Amino acid sequence: MISAEIRKKYTVTIGIECHVQLKTKTKLFSAAGNDSREAAPNTHISHIDLGMPGALPVLNEAAVELGMKAAFALGTTPQKFSEFDRKHYFYPDLPTGYQITQFYHPIIIGGEVRIEVDGQEKIVKIHEAHLEADAGKSIHPPGKDYSLVDLNRAGTPLLEIVSEPDMHSAEEAKVYAKELYLRMRYAGVSEANMYYGNMRFDVNLSVSTNDVLGTRSETKNLNSFRSIERAIEFETERQIELFEKGEKVVQETRGWDDAKQRTFTQRSKEEAHDYRYMPDPDIPPLVLSDEMIEKVRSTMPALPGEVREKFMGLQLDSSSVDTLVEEMPAGRFVLTLLDSGCKTADVKRVANWLTSEVQALVANDKISWETAKLDVANFKQLAEMTSSNKVSSTGAKAILIDMVQIGGSPAEIAEAKNLLQVSDEDEINDIVKQVLAENPKAAEDVRNGEAKAIGFLVGQIMKASKGQANPSVAQDLIKKQLN
Amino acid sequence: MSQWSAIADIAEKVQKGELKAENLVAQALKTIEDNQDFSAVIATIEDRAKERAIEIDNRVERNEAVGRLAGVPFIAKDNFLTFGSETTAASNILKGFEAPYQSTAIQRLEAEGAICVAKANLDAFAHGSSTENSDFMTTKNPHDKTKVPGGSSGGSAASVILDMAPFALGTDTGGSIRLPAAFCGAVGYKPTYGLVSRSGVVAMASSTDVIGPLTRTVEDAAVVLDVIAAKDALDGTTIEPEGDGYALSPELSALSSKKIGVIKEYMSDGIDVKVKAQIEAAITKLKDAGAEIVEVSLPSLPLALACYYIICPAEVSSNLSRYDGQRYGFSHPEAKNLDDSYNLTRSEGFGTEAKRRIMIGTYVLSSGYYDAYYKKAQQVRTKLIDEFNKTFETVDFLLGPTAPMTAFEIGKHANDPLEMYLTDIMTVAVNLVGVPAISIPAGKIDNMPVGLQLIAPQHKDRDLLGLASQVERIIA
Repeated sequence: MISAEIRKKYTVTIGIECHVQLKTKTKLFSAAGNDSREAAPNTHISHIDLGMPGALPVLNEAAVELGMKAAFALGTTPQKFSEFDRKHYFYPDLPTGYQITQFYHPIIIGGEVRIEVDGQEKIVKIHEAHLEADAGKSIHPPGKDYSLVDLNRAGTPLLEIVSEPDMHSAEEAKVYAKELYLRMRYAGVSEANMYYGNMRFDVNLSVSTNDVLGTRSETKNLNSFRSIERAIEFETERQIELFEKGEKVVQETRGWDDAKQRTFTQRSKEEAHDYRYMPDPDIPPLVLSDEMIEKVRSTMPALPGEVREKFMGLQLDSSSVDTLVEEMPAGRFVLTLLDSGCKTADVKRVANWLTSEVQALVANDKISWETAKLDVANFKQLAEMTSSNKVSSTGAKAILIDMVQIGGSPAEIAEAKNLLQVSDEDEINDIVKQVLAENPKAAEDVRNGEAKAIGFLVGQIMKASKGQANPSVAQDLIKKQLN
Repeated sequence: MSQWSAIADIAEKVQKGELKAENLVAQALKTIEDNQDFSAVIATIEDRAKERAIEIDNRVERNEAVGRLAGVPFIAKDNFLTFGSETTAASNILKGFEAPYQSTAIQRLEAEGAICVAKANLDAFAHGSSTENSDFMTTKNPHDKTKVPGGSSGGSAASVILDMAPFALGTDTGGSIRLPAAFCGAVGYKPTYGLVSRSGVVAMASSTDVIGPLTRTVEDAAVVLDVIAAKDALDGTTIEPEGDGYALSPELSALSSKKIGVIKEYMSDGIDVKVKAQIEAAITKLKDAGAEIVEVSLPSLPLALACYYIICPAEVSSNLSRYDGQRYGFSHPEAKNLDDSYNLTRSEGFGTEAKRRIMIGTYVLSSGYYDAYYKKAQQVRTKLIDEFNKTFETVDFLLGPTAPMTAFEIGKHANDPLEMYLTDIMTVAVNLVGVPAISIPAGKIDNMPVGLQLIAPQHKDRDLLGLASQVERIIA
């Protein structure tokens, strides 16, 4: 371990390349299905994905539209002119011998992502982002003298987002990656399912003691925010150690061993390919008209930053805001309530229910956000019942849990579960009289100004009313009777 | 005289039941059999062709529609993916390959009732001007067996002149339809780039590859083009055909209303004097017929060949990388590991010319050389396009020889690739620019045919075919 003192001497510089899988129905250049999760190998392929003789790629317009959306999500406008290029290398999971990407003229140039780390706002600039087709998957069964190739993923549309080297810590990198994840989901560009590898990150990192950037390593194929953080921490330590020992950092591609929590050498610069990039003559240049660009711009949904501000306006605590931003169905529901003219206090109450009670149900796999019964009318009613003391806050939570899991109106659930609160003074007065008679000691204590005793008496009233008495009404009545 | 009448007539007779598709197929297959010694055909498609013929005849009997090319047999260059036979592109690396889908051009022809009866020989992967680069055999010129038929669609051109079928399909990347048409005395049509889908045709150089017919007459070429020209969802570079289609209309506009430019650069040094005289004689006939003919110069034309031999190998090296022995075609049986498999498969599977082009292409695309070669060549290409556009502001068509010579002896240039490349000197510019062109027979020298080339602006295929049919009549 490097001491904090030594570490302070070094500046870490990080740039991130992020591959986002676009949520199109079909592949980037063929009509084969794009979603092959859990599918048998080589069942989502066409003659194009197989690189058959005479097979020609035909650009999927849906992918172009998502690329345009991504541009707006990254704070810029798509390029009116972009082109596809061939990147050549031989590997069995690359059937044509070249990957189709955008090397010379990408669809996105520039852009920026604002992140907040330790209360400080920071801007990470985007260098460029380009559309490209994914390769297939090679599988090397252990102990066998053969490898297997699954081309289901071959031709899947990706957007590779290349940041400027604007980050300087693992935390910044993690927050940036998370922000990209949110923006791609909000913009509808990607399912952004980390489990299925819908987003993969390559981290370029170098350390330096002065203004000149050091030699960088590139750690490829990180597929979780945690692994980004851990890989950066490991690489930072490794490179500083080399510096401290007077050794040099080698420019190379490294992999991440999640089990050992360390990076390892994959390929040095000398072994790097000459990809012989060439404009793909099979695909005409992608020319976007102002009308097409404006059409996509006009359909852009709200992005996480805007949504976050709306939630902040509800005076929620920051972790609740985070939950609502990250759990899109929950956040969207809160926004719908806001738009429906629901009282701010009620919306806030619902937001708190969602981020605590409902979130707990989701965390315990009782429900998912997608299946939760989020009904505007029902939630409005429950919030009103609570603020008008028709149910206690405890009762409201019990109703809520039934309501999101099974559905139904809160009034009916309250009735069925006997959770409606009694606020009628005459009815409660009888109980108060009875309780005071049964607890003369406590009554005496209240008269003598002991505040605790009143709580005890309210508790007895709640017990006697089977929880249905409105506690604040009960308290008022105790005071009235004893004065 | 040919045993085949005009394509439209054959189809009409089949539609009426006056001719049996089955007999036409048998007639074609017999002619192929009788002329085996010309090595024009790599494989016949007998079973499928006969089945399709019987089906067409049955449909005629049932009074069902059979299509505009009903029962017309044809031959496809072996770089078209077809059912019923292997598709090899005359290369060892694709030997044994059975296509899982058919090329769009074949599909469109079949949909109109045409019947593919055989696959024609070519220079392997269409790399060449003589068919001598075929990994299997060299096709012989129908007029003189000691001479080449031209290439790369040499098998297609020879098969038409040998009367094996009313028409053949070829591909033209730098002259591969027009040159063999000229050498064999056929009509060879190279359409505007993108007019015919390349889907299902083994790619050579994607930015210049086009598909077109080889026929005995301009009229037949127009009939075939009319069927195969279409925008195709499987080829993003295809364009919408002209609204009126391509079949010749009975009344053609007067020759005198058109201005034709003779390309100065194609009529100067380097051209065989007899070929030049033959073209000049044709020009005189056209003038006598009332055509307005002027001389035009396109100063960058002499750069076209060099430009082509950078861009074409670059694309070839890329397009051939899929032949790696991992999924289909030849895979070296002795390979012990992946690198071996790539190296041995490609070393043995590709012939000398394919390897030469892969090496040149790989070189010009390498980092550090890209700007000096590939990018430069693309700039020259843009300049050529500009010069053609400008020239077409002053003339309606361009005219010149198709090749600077007539068919040469087999083996003459076999060991000198540069000499071989020079045979394309009058055809490659058209491909780089993407304009349509046609080679039509312009008489013979010492019994060997001479080809006359007519060139039109992009998307003026209909006008070009109209002009060519008039020229064909005048110079015959």
